[in-house]
Amino acid sequence: MHHTRTRSTRRGLNAWRRVEGGFDAALGPAHNPLRHLGTLGFLALWLLAATGIVLYALFDTSVAGAWHSVERLAHLPLGSGRLLRGLHRYAADLLMVVVALHIVREWLHGHARGARRFHWLTGVPAVVLCFITAIGGFWLNWDHLAQYSAISTFEWLDTLPLFASPLARNFLAPAAFSDRMFSLFVFVHVGLPLLLLFALWFHIQRLSHVAMLPPRRLTLGVVLTLAGLALVSPVLSHPPAALGQTPVSLRIDWLLLWLHPVTDATSPHVTLALLGGALAVLLALPFVGRASRPAAAVVHPQECSGCGWCFDDCPYAAISMVPRPGQPAGRLLAHVDTDLCTACGICAGACPSSTPLRTAEPLVTGIDLPRLPVTMLRNQLRAQLQHHLRHGAEAPVVAFTCRHGATLPHSTAHVVHSELVCTGQLPPSFIEYALRSGAAGVLVAACPEGGCEFRLGERWIAQRLTQRRPPQLRPLAEPGRLQLAFAAAGASRVLEQAVQALRARTHLREHPLRKHPLHEHPSHEHPSHEHPSHEHRSHERP
Amino acid sequence: MTPNAAGPVASVTPRHPRPGPAQWFGQLVLYGLFGAFIGVFSHWPTYHPIGANQALVKVSVARLGQPVGECRRLSEAELAKLPPNMRDPVRCPRERSPLTMQVHVDDALVLERVAQPGGLSRDGPAAIYERLLVPAGEHRISVRFNDDIRPGAPTHARDAVVTLQAGQVLVIDFDAEEGGIVLR
Repeated sequence: MHHTRTRSTRRGLNAWRRVEGGFDAALGPAHNPLRHLGTLGFLALWLLAATGIVLYALFDTSVAGAWHSVERLAHLPLGSGRLLRGLHRYAADLLMVVVALHIVREWLHGHARGARRFHWLTGVPAVVLCFITAIGGFWLNWDHLAQYSAISTFEWLDTLPLFASPLARNFLAPAAFSDRMFSLFVFVHVGLPLLLLFALWFHIQRLSHVAMLPPRRLTLGVVLTLAGLALVSPVLSHPPAALGQTPVSLRIDWLLLWLHPVTDATSPHVTLALLGGALAVLLALPFVGRASRPAAAVVHPQECSGCGWCFDDCPYAAISMVPRPGQPAGRLLAHVDTDLCTACGICAGACPSSTPLRTAEPLVTGIDLPRLPVTMLRNQLRAQLQHHLRHGAEAPVVAFTCRHGATLPHSTAHVVHSELVCTGQLPPSFIEYALRSGAAGVLVAACPEGGCEFRLGERWIAQRLTQRRPPQLRPLAEPGRLQLAFAAAGASRVLEQAVQALRARTHLREHPLRKHPLHEHPSHEHPSHEHPSHEHRSHERP
Repeated sequence: MTPNAAGPVASVTPRHPRPGPAQWFGQLVLYGLFGAFIGVFSHWPTYHPIGANQALVKVSVARLGQPVGECRRLSEAELAKLPPNMRDPVRCPRERSPLTMQVHVDDALVLERVAQPGGLSRDGPAAIYERLLVPAGEHRISVRFNDDIRPGAPTHARDAVVTLQAGQVLVIDFDAEEGGIVLR
């Protein structure tokens, strides 16, 4: 996605990356919560659902009995009631925090637009539902805080010209407040989450390989922290609601109920305008500013074998396998939905025909990325290698880097730099090609886990290079000449160290291509690499 | 991920490095800070919706005002012009009167509201809902309420001396069945 980032957005993104880097240092990228905000949101949701179901089973859904039934939780054995209640409340706090951070992070990374506009727009109603459900949860306890929150909310809603009679009149006297009204509270807190699940299904519907939980260690850390908090600082009720009195002092949850004090301090009109404005901004962001969307991946039917590897690897479910026109049943062809394609090139990296060892010129692959096609990658690499081998003092290291991740300083000596849209775009055979063509070694630099701009690029390239996912890298004659590194944007030092380590290992003193000059014409290449459809397919599909 | 000895990759930058003491300490601090953040802001600071020595007066009326004009009986000639199914002999104006409310506390005017009836034809109910904070203690409260703009229509009035405790809610409503303006 190309678009013009404002200076403030760039600064924001840099600041975000600095904080993210700090968390990386302490927790490791794989367990950095800032890289797993979406799955942390799901974790909070599952905690809320699990504890909520048990709490609801113990809950008395009547005005007279609600407060007492919640109080009885404190007397359950082994502090289980406190644990349940605390986990439920603190998971809601966690949800609101990670949702807010998730919005900021995705916006700073420019994910509101392009193919990801759908995810952004479907996320907005989910945020609203989270917020309403969270506030509604406080009402069920029917204590002073519940009374204050419910009345404040209904007085706030009465500002809108929606109701003939003010909703807040339902709270004028105890006689006016009935179990029927309480049923509405139950619906707000139990019914709306079902709508939330529906909204979230839409939110992730155009993604593939969606994780529903963060990595195990992070999950464990978060759950234990919340559980510890629930026991150390248990959630306690205020005195039971009394409509003849108004609470004077409240232990308010500022993360979830901030709207009420802000409304008290300003006016319902101000907070309505603020929230309405925020909602309008969120919905408008995907449409604001100029954005040029890069061309979607293109399928070349004559080169597509219908293997489905691109279909398996596409992080955005943009590829489907369709019957090949005019062919017998069962013969498939990849098809790209251009609306869903983020133009990351991961599909081209997965395509078995994307091998530079083929002799075709130009190199046409089964599926390719128009903005950086495989043939261009190969030709650029070949030209750079030739130049280095002719004029350089020693054989270069080829560094395949990601334009969204760490980059090597241009001053790094004896390095042929090939920048990809995503490292997942790299067909593994390029490594073999680079080494055969005279490179001293190859560095593949991917983003840290959870840091891929296109979600899964770093995972797929790591699995392909370690022979756990097709297309697999064929065993190298000298395994020490390949280095796979994971480094986030700005972590150039990691890549420099990786290059140094690679050089130290290879110990190449001589210029290999002075003995085995690079073939300048593809027709001189190895004859076994002439058939695209069967090259580099260590795991042929049935 | 660990390098695969039999595989082609010679070296992989550790993705899940084994945490050292510094990392363990860092994790402990971060999880502790996270827990403290949630724990503190889910309870603190204590919020005071009203002052410690204040009471709340809620002025709330919701009702259908009286018609804006008198009903009149149609003449035989007027009835004859109407379709047989619409020959209601009494014709009343559809529009309703607005509600007018004035509240004085200790002789000071604290609320003066006019609520227009709802609906495109102004034939729906009107509503007033206001919150007034007053100091706890004894107050003389005077309420004037009108829901009929026809000439000569009475204005409902209620004067009372009330003693309000801190945090107490006094509701001022209008209920014709209870005799008009109600303080409870």
